[in-house]
Amino acid sequence: MISNDVEISSADEFLKGVFAQNPVFVQVLGMCPVLAVSNTAINALAMGLATSFVLAMSNLSVALLRHWVPKQVRIVTFILVIATFVTIVDYVIQALSLELHRALGAFISLIVANCLILGRAEAFASKQTLSRSMLDATGMGLGFTIALLCLGCVRELLGSGSLFGVNLLGSHFQPWVVMILPAGGFFTLAGWVLLLNWIHQRRQAGRMTRNH
Amino acid sequence: MQQESLVSIFINACLINNFVLAYFLGICPFLGVSGKLGTAVRMGGAVTFVMLVTSVCAFGIQTLLNWIDAPYLQLISFIAVIASTVQLVEMFIKKTSPILFRQLGIFLPLITTNCAILGLALFQTNKEYGFWQSLVFALGAGVGFTLALILIAGLREKLELARLPDLARGTAITLVLAGLLSLCFMGFAGLDGG
Repeated sequence: MISNDVEISSADEFLKGVFAQNPVFVQVLGMCPVLAVSNTAINALAMGLATSFVLAMSNLSVALLRHWVPKQVRIVTFILVIATFVTIVDYVIQALSLELHRALGAFISLIVANCLILGRAEAFASKQTLSRSMLDATGMGLGFTIALLCLGCVRELLGSGSLFGVNLLGSHFQPWVVMILPAGGFFTLAGWVLLLNWIHQRRQAGRMTRNH
Repeated sequence: MQQESLVSIFINACLINNFVLAYFLGICPFLGVSGKLGTAVRMGGAVTFVMLVTSVCAFGIQTLLNWIDAPYLQLISFIAVIASTVQLVEMFIKKTSPILFRQLGIFLPLITTNCAILGLALFQTNKEYGFWQSLVFALGAGVGFTLALILIAGLREKLELARLPDLARGTAITLVLAGLLSLCFMGFAGLDGG
């Protein structure tokens, strides 16, 4: 285990969350907020940042506490740590922008139940050093935010013809209303997964021909 | 909200605002467990049961929190209750029916991180439902969740035999199916006004 860890450089630890193990597109974790609040780019960005903050802080605390938490009660402890930070985020967003708080609704509280955060705490932070856990959390958080933005931009552009609230496609554009509806979330995500699968396949095919 | 009839709450939670297809709650088990029809039914049953218990507990806690005036403890106490309820249900099933326990396997503990359950507790508090209304809301949400799970499992079993391009296999085609189901369920929106 330890010899294995040394080989992974710090940069790789950070980047794996963004590309190779992207939480949304590759691991398919934490889908509920991804689909629910990605109807505009601003909501997606806010959700991504909030989740990243909770992820980083909970990874930090779990890594600090990892020697003192008994094995039997670790899941409950992690969940309580996460719930504390989510409550903080909830109140901060409410203080910064009431409008945003209303748009995100119950989904801020639901960050608690995001399996990505508990998954990282259980699978990574509870076993690794503080610095590595932080690298892992920031990488995963960045990957999550990028994925949310990918969905949010596409859905807002097609669904209401604008990006970050700025109208881009002009008044002649007939918006695809389905894109802002729940069904659009499923379709957009399916589209991105297909695109990434295709790129992956092309790359592998390229590698195969080079080897022969 | 007090006037809302029990039947309308049930239909609303079950069909019009289906937890999976309209609110995107509980997507993880929806995508992960929905490969086989039998597992989907059992998973739906377990989730419905936990929802009912959680709903009762959440109602009690909210009354208590209102009484001592500590709304900031809401989230922490809800999640603690859900985690312990799941643990309790797990021990109970293990004691009374070891066969069922083995069938459910890993899905039981995973119910804790199912956002549909926490979502249910939060929604019923936001809507200020009374005791019976909360119970019916939980039942409707559970039935709706089971329904969505069974529908997608049935479709995925048929997909095994279909000729798909390799590219679309797995997550992508399941998401497209879920999107189509979600479109279908939008048709129930008309029930709201009648």
